[in-house]
This record gives sequence, C-alpha cells and structure tokens, in this order.
Amino acid sequence: MSENRGLAFQALIYAGGLLFGFGLAYSHMARPEVVLQFLHLEDFGLLFVMGGAAVVTGTTFAVATHLDATAPLTNRAYGRRLKSFDRNVLLGGGIFGVGWGVSGLCPGAAYASLGIGNYPVLIAIAGMFGGAYLQGLWRSYRSETSVKTPEAS
Amino acid sequence: MDMLPTTPLLLDALFPNGISRYAVGGVLVGLGVAVIYLGTGIIAGASTFLESTLSYVSGLERFQRPKYLASRDWRIVFTLGIVSGAAIYAATVQGGIWTTDVQWWRLLLGGVLVGVGTRVGKGCTSGHGVCGVGSVSNTSLVNVATFLVVAIGTANLVAALGVSP
Repeated sequence: MSENRGLAFQALIYAGGLLFGFGLAYSHMARPEVVLQFLHLEDFGLLFVMGGAAVVTGTTFAVATHLDATAPLTNRAYGRRLKSFDRNVLLGGGIFGVGWGVSGLCPGAAYASLGIGNYPVLIAIAGMFGGAYLQGLWRSYRSETSVKTPEAS
Repeated sequence: MDMLPTTPLLLDALFPNGISRYAVGGVLVGLGVAVIYLGTGIIAGASTFLESTLSYVSGLERFQRPKYLASRDWRIVFTLGIVSGAAIYAATVQGGIWTTDVQWWRLLLGGVLVGVGTRVGKGCTSGHGVCGVGSVSNTSLVNVATFLVVAIGTANLVAALGVSP
C-alpha cells in the first residue's frame, strides 16, 4: 500500500461523506416515498438531484484530469470512472431497477435515511447486505463449476 | 402571450415541490464526491461498501479481493459520514426524526434486489448515476437508462396491484 491512509485521508473521506449525506437528506432522496413519487411520474425533482450532482462531478473530473497534478493525499492520478461494458451491466441494472422500484431505496439514500432517523430502513440495509452476499455466493459457485473467464470489473 | 399561463402550470405539474431542494441537494452530493476526488483521486460510490464490508466477516474469495481489502476501512468512514451528514440535516433543518410508511416487505425485498443488482451491474445511483454519468461513461449511461426504465415500470406495477405505500 503506497497510499497514505492517515488521519487527513480519513478526515477528508468523512467530510465528503458529510456533504454527500446532508445533500441526500436535503434533497429528500433519503425518503423512499419521494423517490417513489418520481417513479410514479408525479414529481420529476429527482432528475435535478442526479443531474445537479453529475454536473458538479463532471466539471470536477474534466478540470482535474487536465491538470498536471496528482491527488495530494495519495499521489494518485486523476481519472474518470469508466467501467467495461458487458451483459452484466444490463442484467445488474435491471435487477437493481426492480429493487429500487419496489422499495424506493438505493444504497446511498438508505444510509442517509438511517441518518434522518428512519430506523425501519435497517430492514432494507440488511437486505442489501444479504443480496450482496448472495451474489458473492452465486459467483463463487459459478467460478467453481464453469471454466474460469477473466472477470471484467 | 397565450403560451405564458401554461408554462407555470406545466412546471407545477412536473415539480409540485419546486426544484430548488432537489438541485441544491444534488449539488451538495456532487460536492461530496468532488472533495474526496480532489484530495485522494478516489471516485467514491456508495454500494461497494456492501461487498468490502462483507470481507470482514466472510472468507469468500469474491469478497477477499485486494481492492476490497484496501478500501474497506475508508468505505466505512465514508458511510458513517453519509449517516452523520443526514443526521445533521435531521437535527437542524428537519427538526427531529422522520420514518417511512413504506411496508417492511417492500424494504426487505427491494433491499435484497438492490444488493444483488448493484454488485452484478458494477454500480448504483451514485457510482453509475452520479460518477459514471459525470465521467460521460457509455457503460454508466446504459446502466442508468436500464434501471430508470425498469424501476418506473416496477413501481407502477406495484401501485397497480393496489400496494400503497
């Protein structure tokens, strides 16, 4: 590990999390009812949340990747978030979409929902850990029973 | 001049609660990602936390990958930050706790599917939706389009079956 995992690093991560969580709560995305209103096409405000956030990250990524500099706390190069495309992107997006449509919750909003005192969301967070564990089990089973293919992720 | 009165009506219909709370909240979410990125070069999504945290308790090869072991500590810090930031909102702006009326089985079933889907699909609403779209990644744009369409269909199906909330 060449990366600095010191106090400044963890403090910055925490500060970013504070902004992220406060923003989710402020936008009411921590309330599954509001997300469901969007999915019922009754209030399109969610598009401004995702869009507003993507404009900020997009601008930041675009500027930083053109700087001749590395991140001060880790010396990492500034890059973009680019993941390879395969059918899992569609399959996973579809499964996630069903779950989001059933519950009105995604992972970040669920953590923020706990923060605004919505203790029933612990059921959903437990379910998310259960789901993540199930796909881990399934992938382990698959990799043992079929020819190993290089994993794209 | 005939067009003028219809424009506010349309905006009211599309955005019955206005747009400022959504846009301001979204910008704050983006700033949270930007602060971490500028300081560390890390693009933080919310759902990898699920798998990286499972590496503490499960020996499954899937969870013991080096990238999870290397990031699991700060991902817990990030999640604690998210919970704390929302708690600050609750203590200041909201003025107390808020709880959902969405039925428990929807939270559980939806949670399990979200847990499976984000991990199979390489990201969630923050990873693909905010960071991937911000990166103009075709993979993320396709993933977001997929989950938006499926989620809208699912939510309307659930409502059509008479489930509320």
